[in-house]
Amino acid sequence: MKDSLFMPHSLKELWEVIEHVPDALIYAGGTDLLVKLRKGIIKVGPMVCLEKIEELKVIEDRGDKVFIGAGVSHSDILRSDIINTNFPVLIRAIEVLGSPQIRNMGTIGGNIVTASPAGDTLPPLYVLEAQLELHTSNSKRQLPIDQFIKGPGKTQLKNGEILTGILIPKAYGFNIHHFEKVGKRKALSISIVSFCALLRLSAEGVVEDARFSWGSVGPTVIRSHDVESLLIGNRLSIEMLNRASEQVKKVIRPIDDIRASAWYRKEVACNLLMRLINYKDE
Amino acid sequence: MKVRFILNGKEVELDVSPFKRVIDVLREDLALTGTKEGCGEGECGACTILVDGRSKLSCLMLAPQLDGREVTTIEGIGSEDSLHPIQEAFIEKGAIQCGFCTPGMIMEALYLLKNNPELTRDEIRKGISGNLCRCTGYQKIVDAIEVAFIKTKRQDNLK
Repeated sequence: MKDSLFMPHSLKELWEVIEHVPDALIYAGGTDLLVKLRKGIIKVGPMVCLEKIEELKVIEDRGDKVFIGAGVSHSDILRSDIINTNFPVLIRAIEVLGSPQIRNMGTIGGNIVTASPAGDTLPPLYVLEAQLELHTSNSKRQLPIDQFIKGPGKTQLKNGEILTGILIPKAYGFNIHHFEKVGKRKALSISIVSFCALLRLSAEGVVEDARFSWGSVGPTVIRSHDVESLLIGNRLSIEMLNRASEQVKKVIRPIDDIRASAWYRKEVACNLLMRLINYKDE
Repeated sequence: MKVRFILNGKEVELDVSPFKRVIDVLREDLALTGTKEGCGEGECGACTILVDGRSKLSCLMLAPQLDGREVTTIEGIGSEDSLHPIQEAFIEKGAIQCGFCTPGMIMEALYLLKNNPELTRDEIRKGISGNLCRCTGYQKIVDAIEVAFIKTKRQDNLK
């Protein structure tokens, strides 16, 4: 009986299942796990699917922040007025995540817990300084996303603990919300490099505030305060971006793999930063 | 494990292994072989079905996930005597070559038509970006979906 798939309808039911079958594999949309199951990377054993838990599917405006339940699908995020209004970078990243079918199945919580360096929602969540809500049957804690993710597929998630939601502070004052992903094709491609930026540009073109993150150029998404502070206080120019690019090359740690070489990733990571010059005259 | 759901308008109850994929349940247990398996890992869209009105990949779902849901497969959208407007448009525009991607394409097209009051060619291309056609007949597939959209919109306006 233990070798089964459990479909709890509430968190209360979930805690009962976890207590009963502590080693069960937990999944949400299944778009990643079921591929691994088929390839034999994961063995068939007790599993828990979270998709019937309605408590995990809410999006709430909480004044100065927004709560997104971990079980909210990517397409529900795209349809949400709250997210479209407050976090355009998240929308831009999810628009190019997977395919329409994958967006109907996959969830934001799943994308985070999978902890792929190429996870498309991660660069926006890093610049938005998202906090993660983690629950067990009897405890609750909150962690910033950059502390939660430790490496490829590695997180701080403990046994019996699940990610229940994401709290994102409203990013006031940024007038440029930028996301770009470079992959082999438009749909369904795993990113070779992605870049996310929030900028506050004054009417005179001076960078008043900046937050940058890159995906697929290290074991985790990389955000660099060093690169950001090089630009803050200066007028946006090719020269400034060139100088910042030199710093980018120092902070990213890309690898060679089947999708691209480390050298190529470094070049692209810098070129994606250079794109910001297009906002100069807006 | 008992799984109960609505399949193409009719209630179905099955006793299946909890780890059986939905595509296998459809093709093996229910003999609905219209839904195709291409890659088996979510890259090609050939196995697309509608679950509670959303397009999903039946190769990446396990049988118990169907419980309590409303499922539509290619077999449920028209009959031999009366094809669905999308099916008619695919024939009219020659949007079928080997035919393997067609059921998935049509199911995704149905999802697109149902969820968009307006649909440009560019939006159609984005809409079927998760469906591969290895005969590369995309142009005609986009033509067919466009025709089906215009036709169904006209019918809706007449209602």
